[in-house]
Amino acid sequence: MGKYAIEADHVSMRFNINKEGVDSAKEYFIRMVKRDLHYTEFWALKDVSFKVRKGDHMGVMGFNGAGKSTLLKTIAGVLKPTMGTVTTEGVIAPMLELGAGFNHNYSGRENIFLYAATMGFSRKFIQEKYEEIVDFSELGDFIDAPIKSYSSGMRARLGFSIATSVKPEVLILDEVLSVGDAAFREKSEKRLQNLMGDGVTVLYVSHSTDRVETLCNKAIILSHGQLIANGDSSDVCAMYREMVKKR
Amino acid sequence: MTRLKRAARTHIDNFKKYRFLLRELVGKNIKLQYRNSVLGVFWTFLQPLLMMIVLSFVFMQVFGKDSSQTGNYPVYLLCGRLLYQFFTSATKRAMTSIRRQASMIKKVYVPKYIYPLSEVLSAFVTFLISLTVLAVVIAYFDIRNSDPVHVTWRVVFVVVPILITLVLSLGVGMILATVSVFFKDVENIYDVFTTLLFYMSPIVYRPSMLNFEEGSIQLRVLKANPLYGLIGEFRAAIMYGDEVLRPWSQSWDMNLMYYAAGFAVATVIIGFLLFYRNQDKFILYI
Repeated sequence: MGKYAIEADHVSMRFNINKEGVDSAKEYFIRMVKRDLHYTEFWALKDVSFKVRKGDHMGVMGFNGAGKSTLLKTIAGVLKPTMGTVTTEGVIAPMLELGAGFNHNYSGRENIFLYAATMGFSRKFIQEKYEEIVDFSELGDFIDAPIKSYSSGMRARLGFSIATSVKPEVLILDEVLSVGDAAFREKSEKRLQNLMGDGVTVLYVSHSTDRVETLCNKAIILSHGQLIANGDSSDVCAMYREMVKKR
Repeated sequence: MTRLKRAARTHIDNFKKYRFLLRELVGKNIKLQYRNSVLGVFWTFLQPLLMMIVLSFVFMQVFGKDSSQTGNYPVYLLCGRLLYQFFTSATKRAMTSIRRQASMIKKVYVPKYIYPLSEVLSAFVTFLISLTVLAVVIAYFDIRNSDPVHVTWRVVFVVVPILITLVLSLGVGMILATVSVFFKDVENIYDVFTTLLFYMSPIVYRPSMLNFEEGSIQLRVLKANPLYGLIGEFRAAIMYGDEVLRPWSQSWDMNLMYYAAGFAVATVIIGFLLFYRNQDKFILYI
């Protein structure tokens, strides 16, 4: 067991953006023969390195298109970096989009097991957490209705309940605190703070320096795919405020 | 050597971690297949049964086939079609699995081979369930005593062609899944191809009815299809166990079996290599 929950080592991510989407074989071959396969290279991340200690809460800040989502996706393992490596330890609960792993024809109950299985948890393990998840999501009798009949708020509430009930070691939050109504938001925030106190490592993406300062002890700033600041959250937040002013 | 060992270890660990997901996905596919249909899971039995009746009608009444060369013709049909249906539904579902799970693949890390694998396995489970139809139909002809099928202890040999077909489906499914991510055209081509495969496999006819000479190019082409041997063996184990009584059934051609097994293993190796080489690019195309 290492000291770090997340280690990003010289991570670069390149996307090839082809101007006209080529997705049929015929077009591909014609273009290949004509040497007409034009790609525009786009580096979403350029040589990003940082480490997150276990139990640290790190805020990730940056303007739109700075590469925050790409970075989180490489950490979650969804994207494989073009260069460099990302090493993580423990169960990651990526809340990039709540309820991403849901099946719409499945009931809420069935989705709980499916969703937990995507994080590597057994049916038996979730059985024990089941009551807690349903209670927290406030879905009540709707739990046996198919997810497609849920409102987006209900879906997000269920996703949040599952992801936080299984006590993951690393939690990736992409501004999900705005889930549900005011009452639920308060409840979910309390739960997050409990989790954070429990020594869970958190990556928290936000534009709000206030939130990052209260929730996180560390922070980084990304700009055009590059890491331009890494340190204590108060220092980095101050820097970010300057950036916003200058813009 | 140690590096290889370590790589194998991490793969096995990873598989262990996601075995629950594999189970959930297989269960999901089977459960959702017939959800919202009135007869539900009964369709697994009904569909092949109705298909058998239709095909029997067409080929017996219209084309004048009878049971003189094949043994009980409806059972003959059903055996062939069940195995064919398993192969095509497994590979078709595996082919589209990556595209269909796009929303998930874009947001959650899961070893991606789980998706085609789960589709093949759920088609396999459906196939096993539908085998009961075969038992019921055989029992029906036995009770009515009209052209009954003599099932012997040799029926246990069905395991061999079934397992080979499973491996083959996985291999072909992985290849198709990978290719169809980049070229969606494959889905259309494969539809036509499976129809061709239906007529190239001995499902509605017996190879001996075709009057191809031994060693002729036509027969070689037919035998190049691994399903040719697999369906033959599958059926032989069920219908022609008592070869003494049925002199036309010298069906245990082991060479065809070795060929099918080799073919299946080769497609799995190619399939996994192709899949692993390209899986990190999937997300950019779906």
